[in-house]
Amino acid sequence: MSDQQRILPGSGTTDPYNIEGREAPETRPLIPLGQKSYDGDQQPRMGFFTDTTVCIGCKACEVACKEWNDVPDTIGELTGNSYDNTGGLGADNWRHVAFIEQRKPIYLQENAHLGTPAVEGEPDFRWLMSSDVCKHCTEAPCLDVCPTGSLFRTEFGTVVVQEDICNGCGYCVSACPFGVLEQRERDGRVWKCTLCYDRTKDGLEPACAQACPTDSIQYGPLDELREKANGRLDMLVEAGASDARLYGANEEEYGMGAFFLLLDDPEVYGLPPDPEVVTRKFRSLWGPAAVAASALAAGVAAAFIGGNR
Amino acid sequence: MSESRSGRYYQPVHSATQQGGQPDGRGQVREVPEEEVRNYYGRPVLKEPTWEWQIPLYFFTGGLAGASAGLALAARLGGNDMLARRAHLAALAGAGVSPVLLIWDLGRPERFYEMLRVFKPTSPMSVGTWVLSFFGTSTVLAVAHDLLGVLPRLGRISEGVSALLGLPLATYTAVLIADTSVPVWHEARRDLPLVFAASSAASAGAAAAILTPVGDAGPARRLAVGGALLELGAVEFMKRRLGKFLAEPYEEGKPGRSDKLSKALSGIGAAVTAFAGRKSRTAAVAGGALILAGAVCERWSIYEAGFPSSRDPKYTVMPQRERLRDRDGAHRG
Ligand code: SF4
Repeated sequence: MSDQQRILPGSGTTDPYNIEGREAPETRPLIPLGQKSYDGDQQPRMGFFTDTTVCIGCKACEVACKEWNDVPDTIGELTGNSYDNTGGLGADNWRHVAFIEQRKPIYLQENAHLGTPAVEGEPDFRWLMSSDVCKHCTEAPCLDVCPTGSLFRTEFGTVVVQEDICNGCGYCVSACPFGVLEQRERDGRVWKCTLCYDRTKDGLEPACAQACPTDSIQYGPLDELREKANGRLDMLVEAGASDARLYGANEEEYGMGAFFLLLDDPEVYGLPPDPEVVTRKFRSLWGPAAVAASALAAGVAAAFIGGNR
Repeated sequence: MSESRSGRYYQPVHSATQQGGQPDGRGQVREVPEEEVRNYYGRPVLKEPTWEWQIPLYFFTGGLAGASAGLALAARLGGNDMLARRAHLAALAGAGVSPVLLIWDLGRPERFYEMLRVFKPTSPMSVGTWVLSFFGTSTVLAVAHDLLGVLPRLGRISEGVSALLGLPLATYTAVLIADTSVPVWHEARRDLPLVFAASSAASAGAAAAILTPVGDAGPARRLAVGGALLELGAVEFMKRRLGKFLAEPYEEGKPGRSDKLSKALSGIGAAVTAFAGRKSRTAAVAGGALILAGAVCERWSIYEAGFPSSRDPKYTVMPQRERLRDRDGAHRG
């Protein structure tokens, strides 16, 4: 096996989805070209599956996203955090590749065709790389709190900000459990991943998914992606990756339209380990307010006991 | 889930205080023990709130206005027209300043009207926008009736409407911040409304006690003192319920100093009002001013605490880890 193949597991003989003769699933799901109409029945919910185990940290997704969406460049200082000089998701970074360096053997490399290359002379070292993005939540807190209706859910089930309506109130910024949304300086509005709404409407896949050379980022109907992800997870576990787990694929916990296959705890990648739909707790949010409002009324009335002096 | 917390990881566990050069105010850097929280280079999981000083100030002015309208109606029903008029003026002032603050804080102030094109019950900000809009309108009508004698029927009704809408106006702001992913706000969602209601009562009482001659201001003083004391207690109760770890952002650094200052101001103000406010207008004014300042500081403290709580990943990760552990335990047990 040449180094080249090892580095690009999505190419040629080292297809990570075709280990030991298993049949490789379609990695590029087909969407009927030219479908533009709003049709919840015909249009399945679309999303991202980010398989971090084959990410090689090339940041092609970051670049492609900026190019296509005209996101301002953010060439900044060196952070000193491995190869991550992007820092995190924000108004001007809609994809963010995280780099984690760990003292851990990469025995999986050969068995499961991981994306990260071995470091010579360092058998006990591994890199984790992961391309983060807006999760396009099933029950999106940002969308719930938006007071203008600027944030809306598209016919693909994704969550998008309408920039011609956003007035920069900032509520969604604090509502998002993943720190995705951010106010753009000098612009005043919030910006985030649109899951390339303009491309998907025309039947194209999002720019990041198209640019990803290893298919670490996959776009398609969510149920297909979930099935595929489960298959990949089984494969990894069989190969001995006891740490592998899916993040955001379980609708009963916290459903995400963009979910991930991780090799360590979510917080190691900067993700919350157990996010919540904070905005759906109507009773514990408004109940105490109703009690407090009644107490206020009672208090005001009580202040008049004892006359006006 | 992985149980391999063996310390073989190369990645050190940072605290954001250490990473981002955000010492806790005394130049100290707090280390989080390695076993406590894992994270990504100490970087925040959440984004800090975008809200600036206008927002905590609005919590104060909105609360003041809301509770003042209630006080005004109660005074009217009790036959104390002097107090009713002064409380109405306080409500009008609060209702006038509040929208200015809210619009000022927007990233695109000229687009404020986008909020008036929709009503979204899932968004406390949308609910609050409408409450404030109707409250402002009815308060203007009520005051116009009171001062100019115009619109007798509508003016009377407006008094009632203002008093009624004042109740949600004084408390919804607690829901507004609790309905976020900011841990110290969201986890305090059961207690924040009472803190805000008490603070509003204290503010309305204090403002009316300042504006009204002492002979008519008895109820205002009682409301001010009662509200201030309840505010002190409610904040402590909230912190107790949050637990030591999540109460930290309220107690350390800037928010902690604001909280202590608030307690001192409100405490002294309440004492002055209670013991001397009845006899001397000067004392009533001084006590009222102290209570108002204390209420502003308390709003400030709560607002400020949201920042370290969003910035340091440990406040996001730890409670969630605990939740997962509890859930796992429940499954097995
Ligand atoms: S990840 Fe954040 S920004 Fe994206 S849909 Fe969910 S709440 Fe909204």
